[in-house]
Amino acid sequence: MTTTLEDVGAEVRDEPLRIADRTFRSRLIVGSGKYRDNEEMVRAIRAAGAEMVTVAVRRVDLDASKEESLLHWLDPAEFFVLPNTAGCYSADEAIRYARLGRASGLTDWVKLEVIGDQETLLPDTDELLKATRVLVDEGFTVLPYTNDDLVTALKLEEAGASAVMPLGSPIGSGLGLLNPVNVRILKDRLSVPVIVDAGVGTASDACITMEQGADAILMNTALAEAERPEIMAGAMRMAVEAGRLAYLAGRMPRREWAVPSSPLGGMLS
Amino acid sequence: MTSDEIEILVNGQPRMARIGQAVSELLSELELDGRLVVVELNRQILRRGELSEVKLEPGDRVELVNFVGGG
Repeated sequence: MTTTLEDVGAEVRDEPLRIADRTFRSRLIVGSGKYRDNEEMVRAIRAAGAEMVTVAVRRVDLDASKEESLLHWLDPAEFFVLPNTAGCYSADEAIRYARLGRASGLTDWVKLEVIGDQETLLPDTDELLKATRVLVDEGFTVLPYTNDDLVTALKLEEAGASAVMPLGSPIGSGLGLLNPVNVRILKDRLSVPVIVDAGVGTASDACITMEQGADAILMNTALAEAERPEIMAGAMRMAVEAGRLAYLAGRMPRREWAVPSSPLGGMLS
Repeated sequence: MTSDEIEILVNGQPRMARIGQAVSELLSELELDGRLVVVELNRQILRRGELSEVKLEPGDRVELVNFVGGG
């Protein structure tokens, strides 16, 4: 069973997710890290309905027996492969990794990460901005992972980022969306897509995030560390769609006091 | 070390190579597919077409990278 926007009725009109020159039907973007094996990873990614999948750039393991390339499992004909710069702590380092990713010949897109702190993996926004400017200048389509601060996000947009990717909570924490207000502020003020990246732990987190108006969610650990990744991926797919629909539907106002749902008139005397 | 051998660094590990050995030959020795691996030589990325043209020199630092799972 797959519930889609189309099932709900023709009156719900949603645009596809548009980033730079590409459009995506799915608003769920997933990572490929930390799965128990590649087969489980691909099953989960398919169950998520994801079209875009992030990958990391690392040294070839020369000691490992000849294992199959990740791209054997993530066929670029089926998935849009998005290289990241995870693990980089300076603009220079992130730029180097971005160039290596592009040299694969697959894409000139990059999920730009510049980490500033080992314990929290929070972004170094100075270095992030610097790297964004350089890579945009070199013709990259840059999707920077950032904090949920409006001023930084505006600077990234100004620098030519094709989307901004604020964290919901720290990478791999599974704490969910800690500050929904900031996502709404970002959505209100930015023209480029806002993709909440990191922090989602379970389906309700994804739903709440999409209800704020986020354009998409990028997640990895919530799927890879679930006891049953493929099932969780299906749940996430539905949660993202449900949250998106609820956002488009426009929620009722919040009130401090009860308002009866049944008529006040017609009561027996 | 014989006279026609040179020492290079591959992914941070010392390795012997032959004088005049092309980078593509190093990849073959390591049983790596040049279409799936990106090669950086002394911090310069080599294009695929350059792999058979560029010859290894003593002290070269070669980085061989590929995509792995990541978020």
